[in-house]
Amino acid sequence: MIPRHLFIAVSVLLLAVFTMSLYAWHMRGRAAASPVTSIDTRPVVPPVAGATEPVTLFVAYDDTGVLHAQSARIPMPSVRQQRAEELLRSLLALYLDKSSPHPLPEGADVRSVYLVDPGLAVIDINAAFADGHRSGVLSEELTVSSLIQTLSANLPGILKVKILVEGKQRDTLAGHADLSGFFDVSAINQLASQLQSASNL
Amino acid sequence: MRSIRSWISGQSISGRSIRGYRSAGVAAGIFLCFVVLLVYGAAPEKHLSVYSTAANYSLPIVQRQGREYIGLLELLDPLGTVSAKSDPPRWHLHYNNVLGEFIVGRSHARIQGRDTDLSGKFLMESGRGLVPLASLSSLLPRFLGGPATLHQESGRLFIGNIAIHFTASVSPDDPSHLVFHFTAPVNPSVATEPGKLRMTFGREPVTAPASPTLTFGSKTIPEATYSENNGAAQINVTTTIPLIASFSPDGRTITLAPPKSQTAATTAGATVPATTAPGVTATEGTPTTATATAPAQSSPVTQAPAARASTSVPRRYFAIVDASHGGNDRGEALSTTLAEKDVTVAFARRLRQELENRGISTLVLRDSDANLSLDERAFYANTTHAALYVALHAASNGHGVRLYTALLPYTGEDDRGPFHSWTNAQSSSISLSRAAAASVAAELKKQQVAVRTLTAPLRPLNNIVTAAIAVEVAPPASDLSQLTSPGYQQLVAGAVANGIASIGSQLGAAP
Repeated sequence: MIPRHLFIAVSVLLLAVFTMSLYAWHMRGRAAASPVTSIDTRPVVPPVAGATEPVTLFVAYDDTGVLHAQSARIPMPSVRQQRAEELLRSLLALYLDKSSPHPLPEGADVRSVYLVDPGLAVIDINAAFADGHRSGVLSEELTVSSLIQTLSANLPGILKVKILVEGKQRDTLAGHADLSGFFDVSAINQLASQLQSASNL
Repeated sequence: MRSIRSWISGQSISGRSIRGYRSAGVAAGIFLCFVVLLVYGAAPEKHLSVYSTAANYSLPIVQRQGREYIGLLELLDPLGTVSAKSDPPRWHLHYNNVLGEFIVGRSHARIQGRDTDLSGKFLMESGRGLVPLASLSSLLPRFLGGPATLHQESGRLFIGNIAIHFTASVSPDDPSHLVFHFTAPVNPSVATEPGKLRMTFGREPVTAPASPTLTFGSKTIPEATYSENNGAAQINVTTTIPLIASFSPDGRTITLAPPKSQTAATTAGATVPATTAPGVTATEGTPTTATATAPAQSSPVTQAPAARASTSVPRRYFAIVDASHGGNDRGEALSTTLAEKDVTVAFARRLRQELENRGISTLVLRDSDANLSLDERAFYANTTHAALYVALHAASNGHGVRLYTALLPYTGEDDRGPFHSWTNAQSSSISLSRAAAASVAAELKKQQVAVRTLTAPLRPLNNIVTAAIAVEVAPPASDLSQLTSPGYQQLVAGAVANGIASIGSQLGAAP
C-alpha cells in the first residue's frame, strides 16, 4: 500500500513533469518558428596599445564581386597569434560598419585564431557569423578568401587553413562554401587573384 | 470527485489503495507517453523512395497528428504534368487529365467525381497538400491509372510493374561461390564487416524473395537475409570466409567468391576495389570486385582514373545535370517566396532538354524536391561514368552567369597508391573541367550573357572523378524576377548546352 502523502507527492511531481514537458514542447515549437536573431555576444576586446604597423587587408565588395587589397595601419601586438586575431578583427570591423561593402551579420566575430606549426592556421568564427551569413557561392567564397588571404598575406608561413564555427567543424559556411576540409593557401592565392580582376558580376 | 474526497478522508482502506495504484498508473502512463513523444520527435527523418519508369526519387515523410504524411504534389511532380490550386479549405490537384479535390480535415477525397478513402485527414500547410502515407495504395491508382504498391514500413513505393526480383544459389561446382541473378541491372553499394557482406540497393526497386532468409547449405556461406529500411533494400550475406563481389557485364549477376578468383576476374576485365563508403562502384558493363576482408575506410576513397582508363565502360549518360539543394535544404532564399532549390530544378529540366536536343544523353540527378546529400550526388555521378557533371546554382546577387571549377582542398599525402582521396578525386580531371568551363563561357559571351569563370570550394565538385563544373545563374539585371523568366532560362540553358556540345568530343574521349 502506498502511503497517502507519498502518493500525493508523486502525483504532484508527475503533474509538474507533465506541465514542464508541455511548456518545453511549446517553447521548442516557438523557437523553431521564430527567425534566428543574432545577439552580439562578443566580449569587449581591450584596445591594443603600441605602435601601428602597415598591413594589407583583402576586402570583399559585393556590388562588383571582387576582392580589393587595401592598405591600413593598425596597432599590432607582438605575439603572432594575437597579431592574427587583430588582423581579422580589423577586417571584420570594415564588414560590420554601416557602409560595409560586404555586410556580415550583426554579432559576427572571430573567436580565436590558432597557429599550429608547420603552417596550419585555424580560424574559429562564432555562430552569429555563420548562421546569419548571406547564402550564395560567390558571397561565401568572398568571405572565405578575404579571411584567408588577409591572414596569409600578413603572416608568412601559413600553408593551410581550417575554419571552425564555435570550435566545431561545419559542412558549409551558409550552404555553399565547403568548410569540411583544409584550405590550400596557394589555391586561395590564385582564387584571390581571380577575384581581384575587375568584374561587375 | 466524490471518490477522491472519500479517498483523502480515508473512509475505505482497500478502495483507497486500488484507486491510488490506478491513479499512479494513469499519471505514469501520461509521463511515459511524453517521454516517447519527445524521443520520437528526435528520431531521424524518414524518407519515401519512389520507383517508376519515369524516375526514381525520394521524398521526406512528415509526422502529423501521429501519422505519416507525404506531399502529394511533390510525389506526382516527376511523374507527369501536375498543378495545384489552393482554395481553403479546398485543394484542387490536376495530374495530366485527372482532377482531384481534397478538403482540409476530411478523410476522403473526390477524384474524377468518385470518393476515395484517405485513411486519415487531409492536411494543408502553406498551400501544400499532405495526404496520409497509408492512403497512397488506393489514391495513386486513381491518378495514375495503374498499380502502385506501397511498402509502408520501409518507405518504398513501386509505381507500375517495375520491381526487380532476384534469386541466389551456391555454385554446384564450388560451394564457396554464391551467385545472385537479378531481373534487371543493379548497382548496389557493397560494405563489409567481419563475417558479413552487405549489399545496399538505394536506387533500384529490388524486392523480397519468397522468404526473407535464404539458406544455402554451405559451411562457408550459410545464409543471406533480405531486409528493407528507410527507403532502401539490403541483402546481408553471412560468411565464414573473405568474399569479393564480381559484377557481370550486363549488371544482372553478382558473384560472391573468395579472393583467389580475383585473378580470373582481372583477366576477364578490370577489377575495381569497392569501398564501404560512397565512392565508385561499377555501373552497367563494368566487372567490379569488392573485397570483403578490407576494413571499412575511415574516409571514402574513389578509384584512380588511371585504373578506369583500362576498362571499357559503356556510357549510358554523357552528362549529369545536378539541381543543387532540394528537400529540407532550400539553398539561398532568393525572395520571400522563391527558393534556390526551385530555380535549380526548373533550370536543370530546361538544360536537359537543350542537351538532348543536341543529341547529348543527360540525366538530371534531382528531378523533384528530394533530399540528396553531397556524398550521394558525387556517388551517383561517379558510378554513372558520365563525361561531364554540371551542378546548378542560382543567386540573387550580381548578374549574369558564374562558372566554377573545383578549388581543391589541401590534402598533403592523403593519396595512397592507385587510389585518390575522396576530397581530392577531381584532381586528375581538373584541366578538363577548366576546358569545359571555358567552352561554356565562350558560348555565353556569344549570347551577350555576362559571364565569369572562377574556382570555388564547392562540394561535390572536388569529389567527382570526371570533368565537373558548377553554373551559378544570377538575374540578367537588377530585376530578380527575370531569374525565373522562361526566356532568360532558355537563353542560358541553350548557351550552356552549346558550350558542352562544342567540347563534347574532348570530354567524350577522356577516360
